[in-house]
Amino acid sequence: MAVNYKELKQGGFMRQIQKDNFSMRLRIVGGQIEAKHLKKVYEIAEKYGQGYVHMTSRQGIEIPFIKLEDVEAVKNELTSSGLQPGACGPRVRTITACQGRKICPSGLIDTTELAQEFDRRYFARELPHKFKLGITGCSNNCLKAEENDLGVKGGMKPEWIEESCTFCGLCEAVCPKGAIQVQKKDKQVLLDESKCNSCGKCVKSCSFDAWGGKSGYIVYFGGLFGNQIATGRQLLPIIYTEEILYRVVDTTLEFFQRYGKKSERFGLTMERVGWDSLEKELKEISR
Amino acid sequence: MSARVDDYVDITDVVCPITFVKVKVALEELEEGQILEVKMNEGEPIQNVPRSLKDEGHQVTQVVNNEDGTFTILVKKDGI
Repeated sequence: MAVNYKELKQGGFMRQIQKDNFSMRLRIVGGQIEAKHLKKVYEIAEKYGQGYVHMTSRQGIEIPFIKLEDVEAVKNELTSSGLQPGACGPRVRTITACQGRKICPSGLIDTTELAQEFDRRYFARELPHKFKLGITGCSNNCLKAEENDLGVKGGMKPEWIEESCTFCGLCEAVCPKGAIQVQKKDKQVLLDESKCNSCGKCVKSCSFDAWGGKSGYIVYFGGLFGNQIATGRQLLPIIYTEEILYRVVDTTLEFFQRYGKKSERFGLTMERVGWDSLEKELKEISR
Repeated sequence: MSARVDDYVDITDVVCPITFVKVKVALEELEEGQILEVKMNEGEPIQNVPRSLKDEGHQVTQVVNNEDGTFTILVKKDGI
């Protein structure tokens, strides 16, 4: 019987140069795996592979040298332990994320929870080409939001709370964009919103909680970091609710499904059809 | 700096994470409420050291830009 390589690839089994050997990709969400699952990965690598795993560039795990005749057995072992194979080919890939505000002092959003929801909603959705979703908790950008087809970055719009302020000048010193001016003598603090990059460093560092603010999601569209390199573009102001964020992702994926050519990355589709139309649609649905 | 200062540490000659470590060591020698003066470089130290101090319960009460690529800050031990 002919081997359906395409179907195997779709299910996370990638052909190796060694005939009838496959590197099996696992479904990892937000760069996290439970210890008990890691133990299973170890067992499978020992039993069916060559006793090692490969860590991918996007927080994935692959077990190389799975034999064709073992594919079904490996799939069964995976599913019975609660693990699943990953996705390759023209569909939504591994959702990447940093540890976010639940762990990291710099984090502004709960990246882990968002990655899990993205995974539930979008993982392996069929599209004209591969589609990468990545989530980073703050402007330090450990997870490189702008290199994804759609990247999310935690941000915060700061608000000055006059009655708590001691005019110490720390926020002016920490602001990487020079957007804050503390006039110590006049007891005034000026924020130039056009310079503010929503990094939240003023809020995080103020000892007196004289900066508050709402955290939200800054979304970047059309990033590429493969054969071609392009930096994702921010088309919308910071988004404050998950509901609007999902609407934005839904609309983007539908747009790509509608206008993308086979084997054309999203950013290149946008270059071809023009960014204006997507921007207009997104602005309408994110109001 | 006009306020009363109980100790001084210069962290312009070290890089992260030794910057914060030197400040912590200096703070350990102080009593609650006492003031430590810290001189640090612009960029990464001024962006991170005050935030880490806040996370550990201390207060940054004054910041002066020395206009030479360094800042001098006053830290009150254990806030209050």
